[in-house]
Formats: sequence, structure tokens, C-alpha cells
Amino acid sequence: MAAITAICRKELADHFSSYRFVILFALIAMVSLISAYMVGVQIREAQGQLKPKFIFLMLFTEPGAMFSLVQFVAFFGPLVGLILGFDSINRERSEGTLSKLLAQPIFRDAVINGKFLAGLVLIGVMMGSILMVITGLGLAVIGIVPGAEEIWRVLIYLVVSVVYIAFWLGVAILFSILFRSTATSALAALAVWIFFSFFVTLGVSILAGALAGSPTNDPLAAQRKAEILQAAVLVSPMELYSDATATIIDPMRKSTRSTMITDPLEAISMTRFSGPLPLGQSILIVMPYIISLIAITTICFALSYTVFMRQEIRSL
Amino acid sequence: MTASPVIETENLTKVYGRQTAVDHLTLRVGAGEIFGFLGPNGAGKTTTLLMLLGLTEPTEGRVRIMGFDPARDPIQVKSKVGYLQENMGFYADLDARQMLRFVAELNGITGRPAEERIATALEAVGLAEDRRKKIAAFSRGMRQRLGIAELLIKDAKMAFLDEPTLGLDPDATIRIMEMIMGLSRDRGMTIVLSSHQLNQVQKICHRVGIMIKGRMVAQGPMEQLAREKFGVGPEEFTLEEIYMKYFLEA
Repeated sequence: MAAITAICRKELADHFSSYRFVILFALIAMVSLISAYMVGVQIREAQGQLKPKFIFLMLFTEPGAMFSLVQFVAFFGPLVGLILGFDSINRERSEGTLSKLLAQPIFRDAVINGKFLAGLVLIGVMMGSILMVITGLGLAVIGIVPGAEEIWRVLIYLVVSVVYIAFWLGVAILFSILFRSTATSALAALAVWIFFSFFVTLGVSILAGALAGSPTNDPLAAQRKAEILQAAVLVSPMELYSDATATIIDPMRKSTRSTMITDPLEAISMTRFSGPLPLGQSILIVMPYIISLIAITTICFALSYTVFMRQEIRSL
Repeated sequence: MTASPVIETENLTKVYGRQTAVDHLTLRVGAGEIFGFLGPNGAGKTTTLLMLLGLTEPTEGRVRIMGFDPARDPIQVKSKVGYLQENMGFYADLDARQMLRFVAELNGITGRPAEERIATALEAVGLAEDRRKKIAAFSRGMRQRLGIAELLIKDAKMAFLDEPTLGLDPDATIRIMEMIMGLSRDRGMTIVLSSHQLNQVQKICHRVGIMIKGRMVAQGPMEQLAREKFGVGPEEFTLEEIYMKYFLEA
């Protein structure tokens, strides 16, 4: 345990003094500023409309000018994980520090644990500060104090987001173990991110369309298509994350995705009559997705372990 | 051999794919000894040291380091043994003190005792003035000395030094060799040293082993090797001539 803390502390010090951190810091500032700007836009647009419930949470979910924070994290959160982890093991290997590290009286897994933990702390700090900046600026702009339930929802959202980004950190660490060159591991990790985040979703919807038939004249086909999509989503961490946070951060939603096809006016009239889902029910709906997210993170981590434990320390 | 062996191997073998890196190596090193590990590049010296440390698992055979099996009790072995590898891996962004503090922490030494040890170790290897300098700015000789400071920090009972004088100028080489002798003399440290600097090895090692293509072709004090090959005492021949004789025969 002492070894894990020692490595974690050293990694954190490394991270904080690196250009990477500057880049991440810039990212935090950028996202916070954009989101704060969007809050302003949102509030102006919402004036005169029907009084929505959970205004505070709208700070995170409303797309405003470009995209909502939730969408932003879903798209670019993985990048943060990859940046933090893609060279964690192979850089040590190429600089010859890995065998020095492992020649000390520590277990091999302490190295991975320490590095993963340091990444986790950094991700937590980053997500936490983004949420706090938005909260603070949002509070100043809309002047509504969030209720206890809203704070809980944001906290759960924070935890799920950290797990999601940690999954990509795990992927990056795995690649840094598998590949000897840092450039290769960075490219491989990027390729996997693009494949699972964009191509899989695209491919699945094409596939589901082909399998289920045209939904326009057959309501059953529409349902089949939705079911196929829902099952296939488990393959894409990005979709998994969107589903896992859907009803948490947006209590007006009743399910993770809608099978109904509505026109805009119909949608507006529906929101007038809909009430928010209680927190317990919201969690219940997304629980399977949260668990899947934790499961794939664990699998990735376990894979890193097994590969690293068997690997030769020396590059031959 | 004067004392009871603290390093013992029996038929130690490592096979990488089709290549046998270490072939049935039987080695004994006594406590407090300086053992010179000679052989051409790629003879399996580094692989042997890694197996002794438990960083590489042997394909076959048995290792005992002070009674512990490195494959089963790596922590026990690694807390007693210091290892300086060939390419001296250091975190270039750290300064000398930070590096030593990290090593101390990994060995479970923290707080005041750690700071005291770091100060003494830096003093002992002559790096006290450079303690705030980043390792990136260190010369090779300084890095090797920092490596020796690491051995002092963890209070190693045994040290495996892989080519500690590689690429050093003559002055730095002599300095490192003297420090290594000091470790053995003042602290009773057992030292296994691989090197190509045969005249230096001749000066400081109690016994030598010559490894060629994974096999230990000769093992023993200089005089014994000289007598075996040439039938005369060591004063007639340098280690270099003995080594070349073995090398050409193999």
C-alpha cells in the first residue's frame, strides 16, 4: 500500500508539472466558459416560457449554443483518459526506469495501481472543477439555489463521468503495456476510441435498420429496431455513458431513449404534462448501464494486470 | 570461497523462444565477496542478474538469495538486493534528492530517517552539492554515483551492478570502482559486477566467472583460472589474456 501511494504521489507530481496538465487545464477553462455562455443563452431563451422544473440541472443538459456539458464529456472525456494514460508503462520501459522501479521491493501491480489511481485523482479534480465552475457561474446568472436532490444528481453524474473517463484511462494503460512505442499506443488508443464511439453507433443503426425493416409503416419494426439498438449499445462506451447519465441529469426523461416518433409541437405539449422522475426511480432506470460501465472498466483493468504480470521486463 | 554462499543457483536456465540465453548455470557467491561476471555482449549476464532478482522467471533450475527464492519471495529478495542496470534508468525530471526520496519511499523509509539517509548517501557519493540539480543535467559518472547512493539508501546487503563503468571516462571509472570496493570493505556488501573493463575487474574482484553463450565456462579466483589454462600463477598473465584464451576456445 505504501508503494502505491508513493507511485501515485510521484505520478501526480509528474502530471501537475507537465504540459499535459496545461492542456487539460485549458480544456477545463474552455468548457467552463462555453458552458457559462450557454447558460446565458439558455436563460434568455427560457424567459416567458413555461416554468420548467429543475432549472439548475438545465445548466448541464441544455445544448445552448453548441453542445451541452453532458454531450461534451461523452465525446471528449475519453480523450482526457487517453492523454493521461497512453504512455504510462511504455515510457518507463523505454527510459529504463521500469526495471529500476520493479527492482525495488514492491509488487508489480503496485505500479499499475499507483498510475491508475493518480489518473483517477486527476480526472476527479478536472470533472469536479468543471462542475463547480458551471455551478458557480450558473448560480450567479440564474439566481436559483439548487435543492438537495439536484445536488445529489450532480454528484452521481460526477461519479459516473469519472468512471467513464477512467475506463478510457484503463484502455490507454492497457495499450501502453501492449505496445513498446508510445506513438503506437497513442494511435491504437485513438483508433479504438473513434471506432467504439462513432463507427459502432453508426454501424449498429444501419444494421438494426436492415434487420428490423422499415419502421414507417410497421410499428413492430420500430420496436424491434429500438430493441436491437438498445442491446448493441452495450458495445459502445459512449452510448453506455449517455444512457447511464440520461435520467440522472435529466429527470424529465422517463427512459434512456425514446421509441416514439414525435413532431416538435407534440413534444412541447408532452413536456407540459410530464412530471419529473424521482431520484430513486431515475437511478433504477440507469442502474444496468452504470453497472455495465463499471464492469467494462474492471475488465480492462484486469486485462492490464494479467498482461503486465506475465510480461518480460526486459525488451529483447 | 570463504564464507557460506549467499547466492546459489543450480542448473539455472532461461530459454527465449528457440534461443537459450542461460544454459544450466550453477553459481555460488559467498557473503562479502566481489564477484566479477565477465563475458561478451549477449552472453546472458543481464538475464542471469534479472533471474537472481526475480524480475525474470527462470525456465528451469533453482535460485536462492540469502535463502529466499526470488520467484516466490520477490519482495524479500528485492528489499535486500540493490540493482543498477546497464542503462541507468532515472526519472530525468527529478532532482537527485527527489529521486532518492522516491526510492526511500518505495523501500518503506519516510520522514526524518529518510531525509537523514539521503543526506548521508549524497555526501558519501560526492553529490551533496548537486542535490538540487535535475538528473537530466547529470553526467554518466554522476548518474552512476547516484545509483550507488540508492544502494546506500535502501541499505542493501547485496548489489548487482550491470556494467557500472560503461561509457565512463578513466577518472570516473576509477572513482566508481573505488566506491564499489568501499561498499564491500566498509559495509560487507556482496557484489556481483559485470564489466568489460578487465583490468579494473582484476583489481577489485575476489573471484570471476566467464560466461560465453549462456554457459559459465570458468569460475574461480584469478590464480586458479590462470593455473587451469596456462599452468602458471596469475602474476604471469593478465585477466585479459586469460579471458581471450577462454573466449577463443569456446
